[in-house]
Amino acid sequence: MDILSLFIIVPIITILVLVFTKNLKQARVVSMLGSVVQLVMAINLVFAYFNERVVNDNIMVFTKDVVWFEHFNIHYNIGVDGISVALLLLTAIVVLAGIFISWKMYDLPKEFFMSLIVLSVGVYGFFISIDLFTMFVFFEIAVIPMYLLIGIWGSGPKEYSAMKLTLMLMGASAILLVGILGIYFNSNADGGALTFNILEIAQVNIPYEAQKLFFPLTFIGFAVIGALFPFHTWSPDGHASAPTAVSMLHAGVLMKLGGYGVFRVAMYLLPLGAIDWSWVFIILSVIGVVYGAFSAIRQTDLKYINAYSSVSHLGLVLFALLMLNKTAWNGAILQSLSHGFMTALFFALIGMIYERTHTRDISKLGGLLKVIPFISVIYVIAGLASLGLPGFSGFVAEMNIFVGAFQQKDTFMRVATIFSISVIVITAVYILRVVGIMLMGPVKNEAFLKLKKVTWYERFGILLLLIPIVGIGVAPLWLSDMILESLDPFIKGLL
Amino acid sequence: MNITYIILIPIIPFVIFLFLGVFYKRIKPAVSGYVGVFGLLASAILSFYAAYQYFFVHGKVDGVYQTFLKKSVWMNFTDTLHIDMGILIDPISVMMLVVVSVVSLMVHIYSRGYMKGDEGYTKFFAFLGLFTFSMYGLVLATNLFQIYIFWELVGVSSYLLIGYYYTKTSAIAAAKKAFIVTRFADFGFLIGIMIIGYYTGTFDFETLNNPEGSAIMNWAATSFMGLSVITWALIFIFIGGAGKSAMFPLHIWLPDAMEGPTPVSALIHAATMVVAGVFLVARLFPMFYFVEDGFVLKIVAYVGAFSALFAAIIAITQTDIKRVLAFSTMSQLGYMMLALGVSGYEGHEGVGYMASMFHLFTHAMFKALLFLGAGSVIHAVHSNYLKDMGGLRRYMPITNITFLIAALAIAGVPPLAGFWSKDEILVAAYEHNKLIYYVGLFVAGLTAFYMFRLYFSIFWRKDTSYEKKPKESPLSMTFPLLVLAVLSVVSGFIPFSEFVTADKAGFEAHLNYPLAVIATTVGIIGIILAWIFYKKENNLSDKYARDFGPLYKWACDKFYFDEIYMFVTKKILFKRVSAPIAKFDKQVVDGTMNGIGNKTVLISQKIKGIQSGKVQDYAFAFVVGIVVIALVFIYLWTN
Repeated sequence: MDILSLFIIVPIITILVLVFTKNLKQARVVSMLGSVVQLVMAINLVFAYFNERVVNDNIMVFTKDVVWFEHFNIHYNIGVDGISVALLLLTAIVVLAGIFISWKMYDLPKEFFMSLIVLSVGVYGFFISIDLFTMFVFFEIAVIPMYLLIGIWGSGPKEYSAMKLTLMLMGASAILLVGILGIYFNSNADGGALTFNILEIAQVNIPYEAQKLFFPLTFIGFAVIGALFPFHTWSPDGHASAPTAVSMLHAGVLMKLGGYGVFRVAMYLLPLGAIDWSWVFIILSVIGVVYGAFSAIRQTDLKYINAYSSVSHLGLVLFALLMLNKTAWNGAILQSLSHGFMTALFFALIGMIYERTHTRDISKLGGLLKVIPFISVIYVIAGLASLGLPGFSGFVAEMNIFVGAFQQKDTFMRVATIFSISVIVITAVYILRVVGIMLMGPVKNEAFLKLKKVTWYERFGILLLLIPIVGIGVAPLWLSDMILESLDPFIKGLL
Repeated sequence: MNITYIILIPIIPFVIFLFLGVFYKRIKPAVSGYVGVFGLLASAILSFYAAYQYFFVHGKVDGVYQTFLKKSVWMNFTDTLHIDMGILIDPISVMMLVVVSVVSLMVHIYSRGYMKGDEGYTKFFAFLGLFTFSMYGLVLATNLFQIYIFWELVGVSSYLLIGYYYTKTSAIAAAKKAFIVTRFADFGFLIGIMIIGYYTGTFDFETLNNPEGSAIMNWAATSFMGLSVITWALIFIFIGGAGKSAMFPLHIWLPDAMEGPTPVSALIHAATMVVAGVFLVARLFPMFYFVEDGFVLKIVAYVGAFSALFAAIIAITQTDIKRVLAFSTMSQLGYMMLALGVSGYEGHEGVGYMASMFHLFTHAMFKALLFLGAGSVIHAVHSNYLKDMGGLRRYMPITNITFLIAALAIAGVPPLAGFWSKDEILVAAYEHNKLIYYVGLFVAGLTAFYMFRLYFSIFWRKDTSYEKKPKESPLSMTFPLLVLAVLSVVSGFIPFSEFVTADKAGFEAHLNYPLAVIATTVGIIGIILAWIFYKKENNLSDKYARDFGPLYKWACDKFYFDEIYMFVTKKILFKRVSAPIAKFDKQVVDGTMNGIGNKTVLISQKIKGIQSGKVQDYAFAFVVGIVVIALVFIYLWTN
């Protein structure tokens, strides 16, 4: 069995075993074991990738190609480059952390863990696909369990949120499908057969008119899940209603599909379209960056703050992708990773705080540093990471984005760049506002004095997410070089 | 020269930080105090050894101090642009090592007494370790990005330490304000770095500062709005420096930062971190000097001079002793900036640069001493306000004497440290810009006045009857006072012009007697006025305060800058930008999306009649459909 297919097979086996579990205890242990195996595989993949790179300079390594649907030339075609390796690692870590955080999921535990792992199958599959159609199928597999996870295990107006989220993402999928089919039907422009294979399509000169038509469709189709302004509104409501682990997975991993898809499909296959349309999406993404940050200042619900902060941070990812150079792209991928870890950590902490205090309203919280010091200190650290403090992953990512963006020298790009750099100040405002109101200050509520201490599984979940944040922040060279090398084929399409 | 061991100097405090931070709960407070002190002692010894090796043994080749470098790549941006981490050894970095080590060590020792019994004792030492590490990293930085990284880290250490008493609302607000204001300045700094990186292709100080290098030679290559882009970059970088060094109008965070524990104010907000802005300008001095013929240096000089004057006026009116010292710090930082601003480059021309660094050095000693002395007083009377003090000379002899020495030093009375460095600054200003010279001279008088107002009000003036008799502080606190007092006396005799100069070559500095006499006279007049006003209890000061009326009140309220900033941030950004955006998002953007959803539901309700559920209807539709399709097919077939 090749080492990439295992990323799909192991979770499927986990799900099959979960069918036979009887209670929460069994279900969580099975899910945890499955995810630990997954994480070990992901770490192993990083080392294997480095070894393989030495001897193999193909764009994708560890490839496997099985014909799936011959008539339309659809293949189960998988492979990875540095970008997907990094994102697989992110997924494995966030899923495992999510399972630790859901250690006490008493409602329908079996079904909950099953849905969670189905979601992860979609995500893993998406990141390793080379075939557009397979990729799209995995994309849908990842999105659909979301409806159940929010609709059943959520809180507040959960049906509304779940419906809204699903409808908006489905709408985007419909647009995306048109874009993908458009690419497919133009993949014979140089006289070959129609194909869904991304690597083959990249060699084809898709006609300019077609690129111009299908780029925005593909871009928007993917970018909706990456919280592109003004299609981001599913995200705050969705996060607010979702249970903790789902928020973590959703913001940490699922939203990354957007940026990845934009990059791997829209930018890579339709470079002329990208050059043509970039100004529109630069404007939208810069609005998203600044607007998300300003909205976050005004929110009082912790989850809303984090959701808008995600809009801002992921706006930077889209912005960086549109800067069309390697440094900014490297920053975009790093920002995806960094945001994945950070936001998952935030949602995990928010979940812990909510579980103890039964509120997410910051005006009702106060002085938490005194009563739950561990969680609060980690919250401060996560906040500092989020505002781009050196030593944490966010800094590394943002600096790549800004330096990359600065390589574009016309005035429009400069203005856009400076606007996006300004978030380093606005982010500091909303992060420190929360820290000041919620964590510092006198203890507001007598009942808080008796809050439960942090448990071992919560600690595990937190540390799993914190280690990569600090790791990337302190020693970014291996990761950023790994990604940087993989960007060469992408830049070629633009030259 | 072997410089590898110098890496240990920052590493030691970092290890202390990690050790105390991770084992926070398991360490006894006494142990953490010792860990901090002995760790810093090791760093200080290494720093002194490095300074000795550099200045006296290996540093000088053919009469010029050399630069030693050791670095490795930390992250790659492009093939040419990358961030390095490393250490750069040249006169100013070695000098800063000594300053940071001395003050930090003294503050560590002092804190063992001052923070005794505080529940966050270990945390406090951990944060001090973090700060010291970051500050060492900042002064040793080899490139702009490295300095930016440590710049942010000192900023966050400052945030954590200002907010040390985290249950106090005012401390939380002050910490937040300090971080955000300096972050705003760093926004400028970062843009400056980006511009430099893009147009010169490097972040390295070595390459940037080389007077024959391409960065300086080709400064005029590209211009933007009438100025070279490099000039713009330097302006932006100076904004960053001005934020950290509390220059007008980015000074508003510094007085509030006094909410932190007093040893922190001494270390961070008087002696080390706040001079980072001055250090930054000095670090890039060749660029500032050569690009656009020193255009940006003129800005530096005027901003510095104005800040010095502005802060000195406010300092006269403040009644919280730490705030007086904070404004005094701002004023002295302005002094250092103006000295850099009026400096030339080669030989004696560069006296301003030398004087600035000299003043940075001596100021670190006597200002740290003033703060620690103030801390000793606060420790004894449990108040920051002048009204609660008076006559303390009887109870606290050591604090009294050391404070007096520091006050004389800052007032520029010979032969104390401040006299020498301030004299050089005034010489530099006199030679280059008369207006700035007169401002500097006037500020020198004001400094002497407000400092002795402070001194007399604390230690003389009235015999306050204390509920609990104030006691002299313990040895752990008085020992650093004594050490710093000695340094405040002797550090003025260091022949700085031999060691630290803009072109690194060294020159002979002579006392300019006429200027020295004038400056000293002005200082002494200030002291005498303060003596008349504040030595004994009288109503002279109130009377004059009334005579000055509105001016006094404006100064007392810090010229309302806090209010202006509050208006802009709270009323405009928060109420007029942030709130409407949040509302817009909820109602317009989200509303549109919901609207689309609702319209879809409406339409489907309108047309759902088609799906009536009656088999007859379906059969009818089915037949009609078949007929239509058949007709179409037949039509197509026949054509």
